[in-house]
Amino acid sequence: MIAVVVQPTPMWYLLLSAFLFAIGTFGVLVRRNPLVMFMCIELMLNAVNLTFVTLGRELGSISGQTIVFFVLVVAAAEVVVGLSIIVAIMRRRAGVNADDLAELKG
Amino acid sequence: MVDLLWLAPAFPLLGAVIMLVFGRRLGDPRSGWLATLAPTASFIVVVAIFADLLSKPANERDHVVNLFSWIGVGSLRVEMAIVADPLSITMALFVTGIGALIHLYAIGYMHGDPKYSKFFLYLNLFIFSMLMLVLGENLLVTFLGWEGVGACSYLLISFWHTRNSAAVAGKKAFIANRVGDFGVMIAMFLAFSTLGTLSYSGINEAAHGGTLAPVTATAIALLLFLGACGKSAQLPLYFWLPDAMEGPTPVSALIHAATMVTAGVFLMTRIAPVLAASYHFAPMIIAVVGGVTALFAATIAVAQNDIKRVLAYSTVSQLGFMFMAVGSGAYVAAIFLMVTHAFFKALLFLGSGSVIHGMNHEQDMRRMGNLRLLMPITSLTFLVGWLAIAGVPPFAGFWSKDEVLLHVFANNRALYVVGLAAALLTAYYMTRQVIMVFFGEAHWHDHSEEHGAHGDFVPHESPRIMLVPLVLLAGLSVLGGALQLPFTAHTEFLNRWLAPVVEESQISIAGTWALDNKYLLMLVATVVALAGIAAAIAVYVKRVVRPLEPRVLEQAWYYDTTVSQVIAGPGVRAFNAIAWVDLHIIDGAVDGVAALVRRSAGVTRRAQSGFVRTYAAVIGLGAVLLVAWFAWRSIT
Repeated sequence: MIAVVVQPTPMWYLLLSAFLFAIGTFGVLVRRNPLVMFMCIELMLNAVNLTFVTLGRELGSISGQTIVFFVLVVAAAEVVVGLSIIVAIMRRRAGVNADDLAELKG
Repeated sequence: MVDLLWLAPAFPLLGAVIMLVFGRRLGDPRSGWLATLAPTASFIVVVAIFADLLSKPANERDHVVNLFSWIGVGSLRVEMAIVADPLSITMALFVTGIGALIHLYAIGYMHGDPKYSKFFLYLNLFIFSMLMLVLGENLLVTFLGWEGVGACSYLLISFWHTRNSAAVAGKKAFIANRVGDFGVMIAMFLAFSTLGTLSYSGINEAAHGGTLAPVTATAIALLLFLGACGKSAQLPLYFWLPDAMEGPTPVSALIHAATMVTAGVFLMTRIAPVLAASYHFAPMIIAVVGGVTALFAATIAVAQNDIKRVLAYSTVSQLGFMFMAVGSGAYVAAIFLMVTHAFFKALLFLGSGSVIHGMNHEQDMRRMGNLRLLMPITSLTFLVGWLAIAGVPPFAGFWSKDEVLLHVFANNRALYVVGLAAALLTAYYMTRQVIMVFFGEAHWHDHSEEHGAHGDFVPHESPRIMLVPLVLLAGLSVLGGALQLPFTAHTEFLNRWLAPVVEESQISIAGTWALDNKYLLMLVATVVALAGIAAAIAVYVKRVVRPLEPRVLEQAWYYDTTVSQVIAGPGVRAFNAIAWVDLHIIDGAVDGVAALVRRSAGVTRRAQSGFVRTYAAVIGLGAVLLVAWFAWRSIT
């Protein structure tokens, strides 16, 4: 039996992250539930994190992983702000639909 | 010693601040006493500096005290500087001296007024502003004081602002003065743009040295004269002063007779070298305006029945005399008349205030009469003032008016005749006033009937605190002429004292017919004064002819009415036209720009849909385009 050892190459990770990023983008554009849109944004952020780690490892540089930490911290802060805004909106209105929140229409 | 000059304006300013904070708590009369201390202290400082200057040689009597740098923008450097020279110290002496006396008088006069301490606050503020005006070393410091005295004048004219006429008179004074201030401001701009300095020493040196072009000098002199016309109540801006008599009488005496209204004459004297450097017609205009005003106001005073209005028109007339002197290049004579006029006009106003006080605020002379027995000290001092202003020797007014007329004669004989006519009328209307108030039949019985509640009304003499200033001022009105007796050079103190300031600009009358025959001119002036007095006695006591008081004079030649009609008719139309231009053309341009922005914004704002997902899509599209662009660039 020949064991075929599939050695994942960096390209696989990059393709995966591109795929994740595309899902995230698509989700933000088509979904109307702010919570789901929020999750999609997180997905996009993590897709980018993956590329950072991959390329950092490939180039033998530590900065790829360092940046990921920054992104995680900023994302956590963003979640706090974003979720509290969403909760505040939920308290004031019956349902939450991103398209209903068009008060800033010019 | 001279370095302590800043104390002179500092005391009244401190007094004003104390009045502002504690005035009401100090109450009546303690706040008045405290306020009187301020100009008294200033007076002592100024006297000390005066003595100090006297002990120095004449050419060293000029000290500038730089307090701090006020404005320093680009090439504009303005120091907060005050100057001690013979002119400023002369002014400061009589401003603080007479100011202190009038404060003292006001303690009695304003007794019982609900706004007692506020009155003294304004008075102290006025003394401070007036001192800044006369002590200032550059036009801007003077202008600071100039505006300050204008504001105080406004506040004090409309002091009893619940009375509509007082409120209106205050506004009238302020607006008439604004017209003049406009001239002062333009003159300052002009001086700065041509000479790059506002300091008197800089301007006057340039005028001496010939670096000031005659055209510029003429423009500066005439623009400042416009300001002087406003402040010193000359034609065509005189009309606010008679109405200013709505204020309390101490104010009329201090501001509208003795000090503030002389600011214009002072300013002209301060810039005397500029006048000397300007075209010949500039001083000519000043002399003619002064002469016409002197005669014009004197004719009006003949037919007034309000005790204070007579004195107000008399003030306008006397200021006209001062400008005649200035225009004739006789600055010493102008200052001499200014000082003696401050003495006797303050005296007359305070005397009239005493009469008004004793008559329970009656100002109509037709309701007075025969008060001399009931108010002996007031009437005696008033008589001294009357003889002084009428020009009877040896009272102060005679010497100063004679000095003015002497120089006017040497300069322009037609103006001399005008001046003589004004002097004749002065003696006439003052005698008329004295007769109507202090002699003849008593008319105040009718007064008591009208008021009823007073029962048997008898006018009374004023309290002692009001009489002390009267007596002191009467003394000065008798002796004031000693400042400048025209017999020998030795007796002409004021001439020697002011020489460092005005000598080079003064027009010499040495060797003219006038100077050689000055005793003849003196005799003429005396005869004219006595003739005026005799004429008034003939009309109002002997009743030889019926009094000539035509309505046209009573109404001040309808000047006020004409001004009102011109302003209300064509004036309002002109202002409406300007307002139309403002509304439709200037505002239109501004509104047009705004409308344009609004319209273009209306188009572009559609891009802001408010849908989060649209924004996200646009951001995504942008990112894609950017990536595509970078990719395309790396390929090619």
